[in-house]
This record gives sequence, C-alpha cells and structure tokens, in this order.
Amino acid sequence: MTAPFSLCLSPDRSLHPRLLVLVDDVAVKSSHSLFFNSLADRGYKLDFKLASDPSLALKSYGEYLFDGLILFAPSTEQFGGSVDAAGILEFVDSGRDLILAADSEMSDTMRIIGSECGADFDEDFNAVVIDHLNFAISEDSNEHSLIAADSFVKSNAILGEKDIEAPVLFEGIAHSVAPANDLVIKVLSASSSAYSANPDVSLGDPPALSGSKISLVSVVQARNNARILISGSLSLFSNKFFMSPVTKFGSSKSYDSSGNQQFAEEISKWIFHERGHLKAVHVGHHKAGELQEPQMYRITDHLEYSLEIYEWTGKDWQPYVADDVQVQFYMMSPYILKTLEHNGQGLYHTSFQVPDVYGVFQFKLEYNRLGYTSLSLSKQIPVRPFRHDEYERFIRAAYPYYSSCFSMMFGFFIFGVVFLYHK
Amino acid sequence: MASRSVGAFGSILASVILLLIGVLAFSIRLFSVIKYESVIHEFDPYFNFRVTQYLSKHGIYDFWNWFDDRTWYPLGRVIGGTVYPGLTLTAGFMWWLVNSLNIPLSVETVCVFTAPVFSANASWATFLLTREVKGTGAGLAAAALIAMVPSYMSRSVAGSYDNEAVAIFALIFTFYLYIKTLNTGSLFYAILNALAYFYMVCSWGGYTFIINLIPMHVLLCIATGRYSANLYIAYAPLVILGTLLAALVPVVGFNAVMTSEHFASFLVLVIIHVVALAYHVKRLLTPRMYKVAVTLVIMVGMVGAITLGAILVTLVAASPTKGWSGRSLSLLDPTYASKYIPIIASVSEHQPPTWPSYFMDINVLAFLVPAGIIACFLPLSDSSSFVVLYLVTAAYFSGVMVRLMLVLAPAACILSGIALSEVFTTFTRSLKYHAPLPPPQGSQDMIKDKEFLQTQLSTLNSTINDKAKETPGDKGGKEELKERSSKRSRKKEKEREVSQKATDVDKKKRLLGLPFEASALGIVLLVILGSFYVVHCVWAAAEAYSAPSIVLTSHTGDGGLHVFDDFREAYAWLRHNTEEDDKVASWWDYGYQTTAMANRTVIVDNNTWNNTHIATVGTAMSSPEKQAWEIFQSLDVKYVFVVFGGLVGYPSDDINKFLWMVRIGGGVFPHIKEPDYLRDGTYRIDAQATPTMLNCLMYKLSYYRFADSSMDGKGYDRVRRTEIGKKNFKLTHFEEVFTTHHWMVRIYKLKSPRNLIRGKTKRKGKLAAKAPKSVSSKKQPRKNPF
Repeated sequence: MTAPFSLCLSPDRSLHPRLLVLVDDVAVKSSHSLFFNSLADRGYKLDFKLASDPSLALKSYGEYLFDGLILFAPSTEQFGGSVDAAGILEFVDSGRDLILAADSEMSDTMRIIGSECGADFDEDFNAVVIDHLNFAISEDSNEHSLIAADSFVKSNAILGEKDIEAPVLFEGIAHSVAPANDLVIKVLSASSSAYSANPDVSLGDPPALSGSKISLVSVVQARNNARILISGSLSLFSNKFFMSPVTKFGSSKSYDSSGNQQFAEEISKWIFHERGHLKAVHVGHHKAGELQEPQMYRITDHLEYSLEIYEWTGKDWQPYVADDVQVQFYMMSPYILKTLEHNGQGLYHTSFQVPDVYGVFQFKLEYNRLGYTSLSLSKQIPVRPFRHDEYERFIRAAYPYYSSCFSMMFGFFIFGVVFLYHK
Repeated sequence: MASRSVGAFGSILASVILLLIGVLAFSIRLFSVIKYESVIHEFDPYFNFRVTQYLSKHGIYDFWNWFDDRTWYPLGRVIGGTVYPGLTLTAGFMWWLVNSLNIPLSVETVCVFTAPVFSANASWATFLLTREVKGTGAGLAAAALIAMVPSYMSRSVAGSYDNEAVAIFALIFTFYLYIKTLNTGSLFYAILNALAYFYMVCSWGGYTFIINLIPMHVLLCIATGRYSANLYIAYAPLVILGTLLAALVPVVGFNAVMTSEHFASFLVLVIIHVVALAYHVKRLLTPRMYKVAVTLVIMVGMVGAITLGAILVTLVAASPTKGWSGRSLSLLDPTYASKYIPIIASVSEHQPPTWPSYFMDINVLAFLVPAGIIACFLPLSDSSSFVVLYLVTAAYFSGVMVRLMLVLAPAACILSGIALSEVFTTFTRSLKYHAPLPPPQGSQDMIKDKEFLQTQLSTLNSTINDKAKETPGDKGGKEELKERSSKRSRKKEKEREVSQKATDVDKKKRLLGLPFEASALGIVLLVILGSFYVVHCVWAAAEAYSAPSIVLTSHTGDGGLHVFDDFREAYAWLRHNTEEDDKVASWWDYGYQTTAMANRTVIVDNNTWNNTHIATVGTAMSSPEKQAWEIFQSLDVKYVFVVFGGLVGYPSDDINKFLWMVRIGGGVFPHIKEPDYLRDGTYRIDAQATPTMLNCLMYKLSYYRFADSSMDGKGYDRVRRTEIGKKNFKLTHFEEVFTTHHWMVRIYKLKSPRNLIRGKTKRKGKLAAKAPKSVSSKKQPRKNPF
C-alpha cells in the first residue's frame, strides 16, 4: 500500500501558480504591496497588468495562461485585449480562481461579474456601507463608513485555525447574496446596524440593503470547485489598512494593527486552494475476504468499501481526517448509510451487507462541508439475485413434501405390482 | 379418405404436396428479406434477438440466471426468470446445430429465419390435426390455407422473431396430439401431448388458452354424454404432467398452480374423475342399486360441490393476482383494460379489431368457416366438436384483442380446409357420376357400395354389441382395456367410414339431381375463390406485412423508392458517441431497440413490468422542462430521445402517443391531468393548444428548431396537418446533440447544472451574447456626466 501512496500524492496541482493581477492604476501595486508580497512569498508568480492593457489575454491557443485572476480594478468598464466579462466567467468555469475587489467607484462590468457569481452589489452607484455603531474610530472622516467588522464565518477551513482577533477594517460598498444560493458563503458580514446609502445625501427612503443582509466579503465555491472572492472593498487589502491600528467605537479595546492582514492572507490561501481542497483516491470495494473488485454483487453479500481522502496544502497532499464521512448504498434512495471509519492516515473504510434487493446500486459519497471542496463520488455496481444453484438445496421445512413424494412413488410401485400380478 | 383408398400412391402424393406446402410457407415469408434486408423487425424481436445472442455467447445456465443491468435502470431485470425461453432456446439450438455442422450462420440470420421455418412446421401440424378430424384431403387443404394466411404471416415473416412464431406451431401441435390421443387412447400420445404443452408453455403466455380450451372441451364431452376412457387418457396426463412441467419454466413457476387461469383445468380434472368413478360404479351395480347410489351421491355431491366452490372462491381471492391477471381480465371483459390499465390499452395490438381487419387477416376464410362448422356437425365426433369449440373461443378472443386474431387464424384455416375439402369432394363426386364410368372405377364403386351395405349392417350390429358389451361391465384388466380401446378406435374408424359413406350415398342420391354444369361451375367458382385468396395472401405478404418498421420506405413521385433509415442512424449515433454506461431515456416503445442496437442502458422498455417506472418517464415527458430535467437527473439519465414524424409525415411518433404518456403518468402521479393537455377535449398542437401542452417537454423536444428550419418559417406539421403552436423557443435544460436525416429521431443531452448560481435576475441576458455591446452602450450615458 505504501508504494502507490507516493504515486498518487504527486502534486497534481501547480506548486507555483501563475496569477494575473489586473489593476486600474499602477499605484495599486505599491499601495497593496503587503498583500501581493505575501502571495509571492507563498510561491505565486504574479503578473501585473493594467486592466486596459491592449495586450491583455487570458488564453493563448486555447490554453489558459494563468491559474488565478485578481481583479483589483473596480472601475474598469472595458478590459483591454481579448478579455471581457464573459471571458472571465469562462475562466472561472474552467475551474480557476478569482478575486474581485469592488470599491465605491464600481463599474457595470464588475457588477455583472459579481452578479453572475451570485453577489448583487447595491444598485445605487454612490452608496457605501455605513454603520453608526460598529465603525472604527478614525480622524479622517466622521461618515462612519470605515467599518470595523468582526462577524466572521465560523469555518477553520476558510479562515485558518487561528482566530482573527482584531476587527477587519472595511470601507466600500455592500452586496447581498441570495439565501437560496448554496454556493455563496458570507465570510464577513455587516452588523445589524449597518446599511448601505449615499453618505452625501440625506436618507429619504429606507435603504435597500441593511442589517445583516449586507455581506461585506463573500466567497463562492462553484460547482467545479473554482473559488471566487468578492469583496466590497479594495482598500481592505491595502497596506494602509493592514498596518493601521484600530479601535472600535464603543469598545475600550484597541488593537495595534487591524485583522486585515491575517484575514486577507488566510482567505487568499483558501481562494487559491491551499486549504480545504480535498481529493479522493483509491476508491474501491470488494467482497469480504477477497481483494478483486467484482463486476457485480449478489444480494446479501458482505462487502468492504474503502477510499483515501487527502487535502492539498499548497505544497503537498496531506491525509484528511474527519469522522463524518459517509457512504450510501443507493438505488433511487439510500438503502444503507454508513459512516466510514478511518485510520488517521486518510484511509477510510467500512463494511456492510448488501441488502436483499437486486438492481443497479451506487456507492455514493457526497461530502459537502463548509469551506471544503465537495466530494461527490458515485460508483455503479449491479446487484443480482441468487443463481438457481445458490439456494439451499434441501430445506428443513420441506421434509414432509419430500417424504410425501417418495412415499407416493413407493405406494404407486406397490399398487402397480399388486394391480398387475394379483388375480 | 381419398388417400387411404388410393393407398401408397396417395400417401406419396400427399407427402409431396406437404413438402411443397412447407416450401410455400417458408418462401412466401421471404418478401421482407428480398424487399428490405435480412434484419430483425419491430420492437420485441430485438429483445429476443439480444437474448439469443446472450444465450449463444454465455450458454444456457448464464442465460437462466441472467440479471440484466442495462434495462429498467436502476431496477434491472431478471431476464432468465421473466422471459418465455422457448423461442430463444429454439433459435439457440438451431444456431448451435448449424454451427456444429460447420455451417457458419450468424445468430442474427438464424433468428431472422426462425419464423419462416416454424411456419412450415405449423402448416404440417395443421395437416396432422385436420387429418385427425376430417381426413387427409381436409388436412392438405387446411395446411395449404395456413401456409399463407395473412394473420399468421403478419407475425412470422422473416425477421419477425417473436414468441408467436414458434408458439402457433406449438399450439397446433398440442391440439393435434390431444386429438390424436382422444382418437387412439394411447398413453404414448398423451405423454407427447404433455411435452408439446410444455414447449408451448416455454414459448408463449398464450398457453393459458390451451389449458382452458381443452378442459372446456372435456367438459363439453362429459356434458353431452361422450365420456370415454380415451377422453380420460387424453386429459388427465396432460393436466398433471403438463402442470408439473409448466412449473419448471421459471417465468411460470408457481403460477401454474396459483393463478386462476389454471384453475379451470384442475376443476375439470376433479370432475372427470368423479365422472369416471360414476361410470365405473354404474358398471358394477345393478340399475336399481345405481339409482339409489346416484341419489345418495347427488346429496353428498351437492354438499361437496358447495364446499369445493367455497374453497375455490377463497383460493381465487387469495391468489397473488387477486384471481386474474390484468391481461387475462381484459380478455374476459374487453373494456377492463381501457378502464383500469392504460398501459395495456395503449398498445395498438391490444385494441379490438375492426371488421375490415378480419377481411384483411383471414380473407375468404371468413366465408368458408361457417361451411366448415356445418361439415363438422354432419357427423359430430369428439375431434370435430373440439375444432368447433376452438373456433368459437378463438373468434371471441380475437374480437377482444386484434393480436389474438393470430389464434383464430389456425382455427379458421382448419375449418375452411374441412369445408373446401367437403365441397370439392361433393362436386368431384358428382362430376364423376356424370362422367362416363370407366370400368375399374365402376367396379370400385360397386365394391364400395357392397362394402357400404356390409359396413352399415355391421355398424348397426357393432353399435348394438358395443352397447351390450358396455352395460354388463368388463372384467377389468389391462388387456381387456387395450382391446376395448383398440376396438373402440376401430369402431370409430368404421363409424367414420360409415358416416362418410352414408353421406356419400346421400349425396349421390341428391347429386343425381345436380346437373353436371352446376358442379363444374361450382368447382370453377371455388378455384376462383381460392385464387382470390392466394392473390390476397401474396399481396399481404409482399406489401402489408413485410415492412420491418425500423426501416421505412415510400414511393417517390417518379416511381423510385425512398428509404427512411433514421432509427438505425440514431441508434448507431448513440452507440458510437456516448459512453458505455450512459443512460438513455425514451418512451418505452424504443427500449428494446435501444438496448439491442445502441447497447445503452435504458430506463423503461417494452417489457412493461413496472408501471410506476413507466409513469415516471411519462410524467417527465409531460412536465415542463425544469421538472423533467430534475426527474431525469434523479434517474441518472444523460440522453433523451424522441421520435418525431412531423417533418416527413410518419404518424406513429411520440406526439401521437403523447396522450398515453399523460394518462399513464397521471395514473401514478396525479398532478399530471389529462384535461390540461386538451383544448375542449380535443388534442391539438397548434396555436389553440393549452399552455401546458405547449410547454411540456415532449412538445419542446419534438418541435425544437422546427419552425426556424422549415422553408417558410411556419413549422407545418405533416402528421397533424397543422401549423405548430409555439415556435422559436429555446431549451434551457436540454441541448440537442443529434437529429437524424429526416428528423425522425431527435436526441438531446441533459445540460449539467450551471457552474455558478446567478444573483438577482435583473441583469439576465445581458451577459451572454450582448455583454460587450451592452457594456459599451452603457458606457456612454455613464461617462457623459463626467
């Protein structure tokens, strides 16, 4: 078993993913250098381009040139070169990742991309998120639009093992996600006192977006496990916010630096699959006591099912350990549902008896956990009834019938003899 | 009679004629091969062919235990236990035989020609049966008639590889052996009869006809006081051995003793034993004692009968199918199926036939049959009463289901053969008497006359003797019995001869008055009638019943032939362009063909054993696109295809079958309601159609791109002869992957769910095609204020 281990663990993901960073303004490269440096330190190859660069291309001869895309160009209406909104969505549909940061000056194109991914930005072009209770105290403005947000999603897979203690500074626009959309996760949501409005205009109507409906930062995990980060604020990733000390209004506690750096780094790890990316290998099943995988089972056979699950760390595949992986033996509805046992090394297995029903079954493993790529495995296996010679040959309950048969034969024989020869 | 008197020459002539009839039966069924190609026809034969292939590849034990995971996904089907194996085993054996003789025929070839071979067998079996009833002449006539009767031909042309192909032979042969046993009283034939019955049980579900008809006949014989030991020998072994053997066939199994289709035979078995006992007792007792015994027995018997009846009623009520299976019930009550089982009623061959179909299928036989019945009554014997009974029941059943016309055809042929033979005998005899008598014939006649007088006398004596013999009672013992039975048969022969002679004499007397011209004219008319029949049969063979239905042809204006090979095109596409394990959904009609020709897993097929599963597919077809997609997705379906005839005018397409899908679907899932698909009770697909109809999956898959790609953009459906109601629509959950040359089969693939879920739908549609444009157009007004 050890030899194939090393084989299967060959890093089928790139160790040095190429990222394309599209910016409106070359200044972003330096103003957000801390974020970019942390990516570069983790082995990413960054390629900075102006969004209007006429030589811009995601593809060359049908091959994608990049593994991820960072859109730090919120005001770009039209991309240079051959890139457009549809092209970017296609890029995502091919399984590649995207970071999209919005800002108060957000273009329609960006809104379309966001909306296609399931995040609807506030329709009002001048609205920003305002919160009169959970803002960060700062000298620059008293609009209360610099939010100190600390309601994170509870997922170690997305935000790392270490809790983010300091609040995250956020200045930007609000978006909402449909509750029915199960692909989107609100990573950083606003407090119940937040609302989205234009700070320069006095509020007439109630704001369209308010309270915890507002999402500040969301992530999307597409069905093909491509990951998208949608942030309402570009400055969340800026050096300035990374370094700035933060004191939340109404709280006596003040932090030397905001949680932004930790938040940005951890979430970028998740976005670029350094965490929470699972794969299942060596999915197999066999009859108890045998090793060969059969073409077909018989009803009431005992079988064993096993697989190995690994998680990608950015460098290599590590065994994934969880107690809640379940397998179904499924034909239109699950006949058997078993939780898999594991050995702590990523090897999961279970054994059960095939139900007394024939048909085309599936070993179905649906593993969907927050922050993890969804594992959806199904393996078809027919289950046949008994062969004609697999039934019990002599049944105890039938002994009266057997004896009646033989006594009948004997009786007939005697009768025949008597009838023929007795005069 | 003729051959018997003519002797060796006659029997040789008869065998040559029989051989020629066999050749005729075989060769008249080859039109389909000549006009089309050597190909399996229609739907069920494809399944049989696939099973035969499996049998020839894996052997009989694997066939017996075959669990097929490629049909009825995900339920699968136990083929070995749900199929009548007779046909498959027969063809498999034939294939093995010719191959072991180093004749390398493919399984398909053997399957294609199985039906013609067995139709030759069937005509010989008909000859044997009719000869037992009415002599060689009638036998030859009946064999010649059945060799080309259109009704039987429709199920046995080359390529029509279906159960009926061998089952009709088995049916007739079983009847022949029954009559033979009845006439000879030989246990040997009784055993053969049980074996023939076993073969019939192996071959076709129609065996229940035999196991109900023969008891009926036995009952009739008993009721009319014709009980004899022969009857007992013909019946009791058949029921007991036959039931034991039938229970060996996996598909029948315990049904042979547990379903009510078989109960009649057991009841009659009881009755015949009671009657046998009564006759035996009658022989032992004096008439006075007998009377006492009878009253006693009747008293006890009444009680017994009541208890027996009660037991039977409880048995029927407790049997798994609540007494009768749906198909059998629909035989007894013709309206049963259409009321309760739409899946049975939806099959066109389960509909009652129309009058023209009688003329089409048995042609002039319909007029000859009454004459045959009369001829059977002239001297009514056990065997002729059986034939009449067979005809009457078969005629009733054929009136219930057009498919059972097939059972009527042999009966009609036998009786027509008898009629023809009788009439010909009469006419030729009268001609002969008018003709100047050649001396040898005259002497023969003289001898005959003498014989006749003698035999008549002797019969009188013998009948008296027999009666006398019977009454005092025999000593018992086997030899005595044998002697008696042989005597009886001899007596019967005599009787028959006598009766024949008697009629001959009668005829002679009457024919003396019949002019020569009249009989000559009669013969000419009969010959003309016969030739009409032959012409009709050849036409039916060549034109009506040879189409394999997977390849269609039509005549073009300039007399050429246009071939529609869309079905095979579609199946070939599926076979070559889809994954091995992909599931293909379609209406059940095409299930067998898809598994056999495309080798893909299907959801439902022509073996309609699971109504719910079919209803699921029907519901999907009658649901809007999204719901249909969800249903298909839950069944792991990858491809869906529909058969569409609107472009070329092929009438038996899915739109015309659609109401059945609605009915069957609605029978299980009540949210599908038939009135939703009908506008004021009429089924239409034009602009007046209901929105439910225009939005259901079947409509969309059938008419997708239909209007755009038609010449005038109107979308004129040539089957419904109307312009379609909804045009230029798009599919959201399905994509068209293949449409055949004449659009007869349209294959769609289920789209996988979108990778991302859109936000609010306000911006919908902007992105796809118009994205760059809309962006730029948006750009101007926004940039302007700056």
